[in-house]
Amino acid sequence: MEVVDIHASCDAEFIAEVEAESSQRIAECYQCGNCTAGCPFTFAYDIPVSQIMRLLQAGQKRRLLTCKSIWLCATCESCTTRCPNNIDVARIMDVLRHLARREGYAAERNVKVFWDAFLDSVEKHGRSFELGILAAYIAKTGRFWPDLGLGPKILPKGKLGFKPHPIQGKKQVAEIFRRFREISRS
Amino acid sequence: MKIGVFICHCGSNIAATVDTAQMAEAARNFPDVVYAADTMYACSEPGQEAMVRAIQEHGLDGVVVSSCTPRMHETTFRRTVERAGLNRYMFEMANIREHVSWIGKDTQANTHKAVELTRMAVEKLRLNKPLVPKRFEINKRVLVIGGGVAGIQAALDCAEGGREVVLVEREATIGGKMAKLDKTFPTVDCSTCVLGPKMVDVAQHPGITVHALSEIENVVGFVGNFEITIRRRAAYVDWAKCTGCGLCMEKCPSKKSLDRFNEGVGTTAAITIAFPQAIPKKAVIDPTFCRQLTKGKCGVCAKICPSQAIVYDQQDEMITEKVGAVIAATGYDLFDISKYGEYGAGRLPDVITGLQYERLLSASGPTGGHVKRPSDGREPKTVVFVQCVGSRDKSVDRPYCSGFCCMYTAKQAILTKDHIPDSTSYVFYMDIRAPGKMYDEFTRRAMEEYGARYVRGRVSMIYPKGDKYVVRGADTLMGAQVEVEADLVVLAAGAEAAKGAGELAEKLRISYDKYGFFLESHPKLRPVETNTAGVYLAGSCQGPKDIPASVAQGSAAAAKILALFSKDKLENDPLIAAVDIRRCVGCGKCIRVCPFGAIKEVDFRGEPKAEVIETVCQGCGLCTATCPQGAIQLSHFTDNQILAEVNALCL
Repeated sequence: MEVVDIHASCDAEFIAEVEAESSQRIAECYQCGNCTAGCPFTFAYDIPVSQIMRLLQAGQKRRLLTCKSIWLCATCESCTTRCPNNIDVARIMDVLRHLARREGYAAERNVKVFWDAFLDSVEKHGRSFELGILAAYIAKTGRFWPDLGLGPKILPKGKLGFKPHPIQGKKQVAEIFRRFREISRS
Repeated sequence: MKIGVFICHCGSNIAATVDTAQMAEAARNFPDVVYAADTMYACSEPGQEAMVRAIQEHGLDGVVVSSCTPRMHETTFRRTVERAGLNRYMFEMANIREHVSWIGKDTQANTHKAVELTRMAVEKLRLNKPLVPKRFEINKRVLVIGGGVAGIQAALDCAEGGREVVLVEREATIGGKMAKLDKTFPTVDCSTCVLGPKMVDVAQHPGITVHALSEIENVVGFVGNFEITIRRRAAYVDWAKCTGCGLCMEKCPSKKSLDRFNEGVGTTAAITIAFPQAIPKKAVIDPTFCRQLTKGKCGVCAKICPSQAIVYDQQDEMITEKVGAVIAATGYDLFDISKYGEYGAGRLPDVITGLQYERLLSASGPTGGHVKRPSDGREPKTVVFVQCVGSRDKSVDRPYCSGFCCMYTAKQAILTKDHIPDSTSYVFYMDIRAPGKMYDEFTRRAMEEYGARYVRGRVSMIYPKGDKYVVRGADTLMGAQVEVEADLVVLAAGAEAAKGAGELAEKLRISYDKYGFFLESHPKLRPVETNTAGVYLAGSCQGPKDIPASVAQGSAAAAKILALFSKDKLENDPLIAAVDIRRCVGCGKCIRVCPFGAIKEVDFRGEPKAEVIETVCQGCGLCTATCPQGAIQLSHFTDNQILAEVNALCL
């Protein structure tokens, strides 16, 4: 492990960016650890959420944007609910995920691929088309076997339609995507 | 003699592991015991009332209570038996809680031991004599040792209560540590603005005499009648003539003298007035730097002084003061930070103590309130604060928490931002201890509003790199080893007992702990009293304290003294030594061992005999143990009484 120069390596702009996008004040975190205590995903995280908050206070941008935890967070909001300082920690995790995406980091590629497949589907059909998402996800990740067992169980229940069910206002949904891209570019 | 025995359950404290009913049964067979009972809480009101009733109904003339330690309730029960019409010394206590139930689990063995202890108490009581205290005249003046904020508060409160006060201060001015502070937490109000008026009140109060530059040389006597010898160190200036104009300070050619008031930050003249608000505002020559006193030639100040106040051959002077009570308020000193070699303190000029930093922040300090590095006068942009330097560290024999460093460090981080808006402060801490009113909020403000960056972890080393210092440490919350390049490092040096505290405690005959802090009589219930009657404590001499706590304790000590002096005469404790003149051979051994000077030699029909001065004797029993004739006996603890106890146990 390398020594962290906390003065030189502190990216104040990054802190300001996270604060602006999340509308949260990072200095308010007093490191009690309640978020980590309640987080149901710590078992899979590479950095527990309280340490994510600490790294954020220290402006450790690269360390944060390249970590896996921000991709594994399920936004269950246990952390937000339990934070004694009313910090919306889940929102910060979300903002970090967005920033990572924008900067081209995705430490958990499969999670990102899944989200992409989902969003593509919504853009195309106005709502999610499960089989389409599945196909896109499997095609990009090659993860075929893990989900195979579930198919026969949900097919008879009508949960996995073979054709997309378009909605009214499909065009308008696509328009939202277009406008979002336009804003993010500018 | 008719003796009653009362056995206390103390709820389940005693009754859980001692068969109290069986004890009462056993006690009924002891000689002279006519009544024995066990009771839920002997000290409670119904418990005491039952005791009074039993004394009256059974015509008891002595009482034994088997319960807790006499330190807890001996006075309570003495009052109870007195209420029932007995002499208060016709009472004995057997400690069956601390000495029995709390230390053993075997009920049978416990009960046996408790019965034995009760039997001893009964046997002693059979030889007790009614004793009557003597009343003696008292001097109602008060001595306050130490002119810091605690001592100032105590002196003012005593003086306001109508008592004459003598305030002795070791330094040239009163004010103590608080006078050196720039601002105070958690309000960030100016320290001198708060303290200054109080210092002026002390100077102007007709009832207060200040002896500055003075120390306690000797203490004799006892509560109500102390005689104090004070050594007033030579100032080499006649203070009666000195007007505090400061001309000498300006003209003194020896400008490289250690600036003690400014904690060695910068230098000063060899003749100084500590600071503009000093009380008394008088000049003092530092003999280690004065050219006239070290080399024998200079004399500039003597020539320049408009009131001819300089006296190069002034000597220390002894002053005697008679007082009735003493408040020790000698404060604390800072831990010597150079013991942390890895921090470079003492070697690296820009690694300083928190108190030195206060002087850099203070408008009356050596830099006029502009924060400048001691080494090159540059304004620091990155300041690192390190907490717990000489606190909570067994390796330097300072395992205790100094209590106020967390708060003053937060304050200094806030002030740093105020003084240098483009600066960044880092605070390395172990835990933040801010339990006072508005304290935790204050430390949070340092972080949230002033952007102080708190790092939870210790610093391992500080070393120079160019004109900066690299501070290497840990961020345990981040789980990383970290470093910061700092322009200035401020070490929150812990508090330790004032230099000479132990010697003073011995002169005052009060106890002190292994770190030199004075011991209060009871940590919770008698926090300002000592175990020596008439000697009280205020402020950090009893343990590290912040300003509010010191002031509170100063007032508390004053209140205790005013209550003591609300009586015109005091009663002595009659548990004192008495000489059997027929047995005394006049050898004088008792006179030599008595630590209180309470025994004098008298002539009895041409023969020397010892005589106890009843109001001076403290009842320690040293004379009794020394007397080869058994002629001097301690009332209430005579040889016969002690032997009766031994016999009760062994025969």
